[in-house]
Amino acid sequence: MFKKATTSLNKTLLTGFVTLFSSNMFAAWGDLNMTEGVTAISKEVFDLHMLIFWICVVIGLVVFGIMFYSMFAFTKKKNPSPASFHENTKLELAWTVVPFLILVFMAIPASNTLTKIYDDTEGDINIQVVGYQWKWQYKYLEDDIDFFSNLTTDWDEIYNKTPKGEFYLEEVDEAVVIPVGKKIRFLITANDVIHSWWMPDFAIKQDAIPGFINTAWTIVDEPGIYRGKCTELCGKNHGFMPVVVKVVTQDEYDAWVQDKKDAAFRMAELTEKDWSVAELTERGEGIYLKNCVACHQVNGQGITGIFPNLAGSDVVLNDKARNIEILMEGVQGAAMQSFANQLSEVDMASVITYTRQAWGNAENGDGEIVVPKDIVEYKKPKV
Amino acid sequence: MSAVIESHNHDDHHHGPAKGLTRWLYTTNHKDIGTLYLWFSFAMFLIGGAMAMVIRAELFQPGMQIVEPEFYNQMLTLHGLIMVFGAVMPAFVGLANWLVPMMVGAPDMALPRMNNLSFWILPFAFFILLSSLFMEGGAPNFGWTFYAPLSTTYAPPSVTFFIFAVHIMGASSIMGSINVIVTIMNMRAPGMTLMKMPLFVWSWLITAYLLIAVMPVLAGAVTMMLMDIHFGTSFFNAAGGGDPVLFQHIFWFFGHPEVYIMILPAFGIASHIIETFSRKQLFGYASMVWAMASIAILSFVVWAHHMFTVGLPLAAELFFMWATMLIAVPTGVKVFNWVTTMFKGSITYETPMLFAIAFVVLFTIGGFSGLMLAITPADFQYHDTYFVVAHFHYVLVPGSIFSIMAAVYYWIPKWTGNMYDERLGKLHFWLSFIVVNVTFFPQHWIGLAGMPRRIPDYALQFADWNMISSVGAFLFGASQILFLFIVVKTVMGGKKATPEVWEGSRGLEWTVESPAPYHTFTTPPKVS
Repeated sequence: MFKKATTSLNKTLLTGFVTLFSSNMFAAWGDLNMTEGVTAISKEVFDLHMLIFWICVVIGLVVFGIMFYSMFAFTKKKNPSPASFHENTKLELAWTVVPFLILVFMAIPASNTLTKIYDDTEGDINIQVVGYQWKWQYKYLEDDIDFFSNLTTDWDEIYNKTPKGEFYLEEVDEAVVIPVGKKIRFLITANDVIHSWWMPDFAIKQDAIPGFINTAWTIVDEPGIYRGKCTELCGKNHGFMPVVVKVVTQDEYDAWVQDKKDAAFRMAELTEKDWSVAELTERGEGIYLKNCVACHQVNGQGITGIFPNLAGSDVVLNDKARNIEILMEGVQGAAMQSFANQLSEVDMASVITYTRQAWGNAENGDGEIVVPKDIVEYKKPKV
Repeated sequence: MSAVIESHNHDDHHHGPAKGLTRWLYTTNHKDIGTLYLWFSFAMFLIGGAMAMVIRAELFQPGMQIVEPEFYNQMLTLHGLIMVFGAVMPAFVGLANWLVPMMVGAPDMALPRMNNLSFWILPFAFFILLSSLFMEGGAPNFGWTFYAPLSTTYAPPSVTFFIFAVHIMGASSIMGSINVIVTIMNMRAPGMTLMKMPLFVWSWLITAYLLIAVMPVLAGAVTMMLMDIHFGTSFFNAAGGGDPVLFQHIFWFFGHPEVYIMILPAFGIASHIIETFSRKQLFGYASMVWAMASIAILSFVVWAHHMFTVGLPLAAELFFMWATMLIAVPTGVKVFNWVTTMFKGSITYETPMLFAIAFVVLFTIGGFSGLMLAITPADFQYHDTYFVVAHFHYVLVPGSIFSIMAAVYYWIPKWTGNMYDERLGKLHFWLSFIVVNVTFFPQHWIGLAGMPRRIPDYALQFADWNMISSVGAFLFGASQILFLFIVVKTVMGGKKATPEVWEGSRGLEWTVESPAPYHTFTTPPKVS
């Protein structure tokens, strides 16, 4: 696990200190606080945060002030004979009651804001958010739009082989798009383990839990691209499943919805097409790199003991039916999830074909390919 | 409190410690067992600390440099488990073993053989836990809170060993707690009524009750996991009709009292040390006892503040917010009492006092961030970010661990008969004090700015302060080697300590000679 530890650590330390003293780190104090966000609720939450913060600062100044005064004024040198008092009912009563009143003062606005956050009546647009290891699925319930949102940061950037981009670890292939000024309701759940959908600018953080649907809502007035993250440890790539929301005008939103519908239609046409092995393999490689490498690795060999080896696996070599079944249904009790809803028929067929062709599998096994129609066939109800 | 002491030196010839390894294996002596616990916890502190170093090294810069994400998760899981169950808790049990019998004027713990057992099963628990690092699939990787289903359906095979280890740790804690309670309830010296007990004894009495109440709950949680993994049940598996949120309710019903288990004995320690070095009787003894009891009771009704984002109904969120805020009242009372004890005292600043004062200040800062976290709407932004990491490290590192170090400096002359090196002790304090803040204070900021916890890599805007935090962590780790050196040096020799050790010390343990004889108070002292 400790690969090239010493040399790279030396280099890291060196470059580290250079950045430390040359960068503009102190220019960005504003970035060290909670975001105010872009919704009425997020601004209220921010105000609440600052209110409590300043109350704590004032209490701290008073208490630590008295403490530091005592530390300097009552040293053994300056005060050789200590006082002998050791209780005072009035004082003790006061410092029980006064903090209690301060707490009540804090609890009132906090309870009000919380009540507002919990007003989750029907939204104008309802989006189901589903957490997967390690990506998000978004389903627009009214418009029948359905897509997955994956991290696009290159693994070469993560492993320091290429320079890191501006939105390192905060960029996805497809952002959630919502219009300004509409009440958007998110219905949040998960497919495998618990995830948590966090969008700091909306002050929404809601756990995505298998078997539960949690709700959260927002109304955003400023168009823009907002970035958040998964905040519940969900396995190996927990740090690599960002949330990106793109807020657009109503017109742009309508156009986007139309685009998505057209794309779905084109995909249906692709399913009908006759595919060659080369076409499938080429398309499949892209799908594989996006969806499978996290566990099965680029070389198909997985990680011993956790993620199975695909290069030379019996199923991948010789058992086409079981191969399809595993991808469609997942494997009970293992990390392998069902990809039936994540991949179109075309993508499903191409990725299976890719694994059956790559890493010498075509030569070592039966080399049978899977075409989109096989998947359509599989999906038909069985008698 | 004053006491009449007789000399028991003549006993030593008949009942001195055995020679060699068997002394430690078979010992039923509370002082020996206390020593074993303390050394064990220090070893675990170093192992858990080494894992923290791996974590901070990986976070030194954005990008993956040193370990893989999979191994990173194993490190953060084991770091948490080892620090909580291996370092902090056994250290407090070690202190209880050494001090409770001497403080209440008892010759030993009430159940000495069980005392031996409760220590000696612990190394096995941690051997099992650590051995999982070398198993196929790696060590537990689901965080010390091991939320299902990540820790059940999706866990590596080593989870079964983890479950067994947790059971052993739980059994050890329960036995230790029974021992503490029985000792305190039955073996106090004549005249020592409950409200005359030293505060460390009180704090441990309350802690022991908490442990007995919640350790079986933890055992239940891991047993349900075991059933889900191996015997086809679906307690926490939604696909089988189970409830993943149930796991969190059970875990935090254990977990919240658990965090007070790790801080209540520290309250006791700080009270003794501040009283001694202020040369003034502790202010508000009775309110200190009531504050600890209130904190303990409240700890059973606040667990869901760890779960504000799981989708609880509004009424539950409001209740748990208010109940959590309420804890600030008794905690505030304790801080005010400590400050008032120092007020008009006659203070000197030996190492234990420095650690105790740092404890009060930095624990209070951790308390402030705790209060902020209690505010549910704000918690939606803080939850599971580095703000939380900063918060609980403030209450655990300069909180619990500083109090343990303070205790070691304070009582080590009594244990070894030698004074520690004051100059080195102060150096250790100032190093630790400065770098602990360098490590953890910036984590408040990167958390507020939006960095989630438990991630091996982060977006570029968090880079600068992560680097500073890592530098602080490396220095903090290095400073603790100095602590080891100071302790070893003190055990080997040093200026001889008097029975009282400190000018302002109060309590029965300071009436026996230093080092404390192998057997103390075979005839109970009288407390007036």
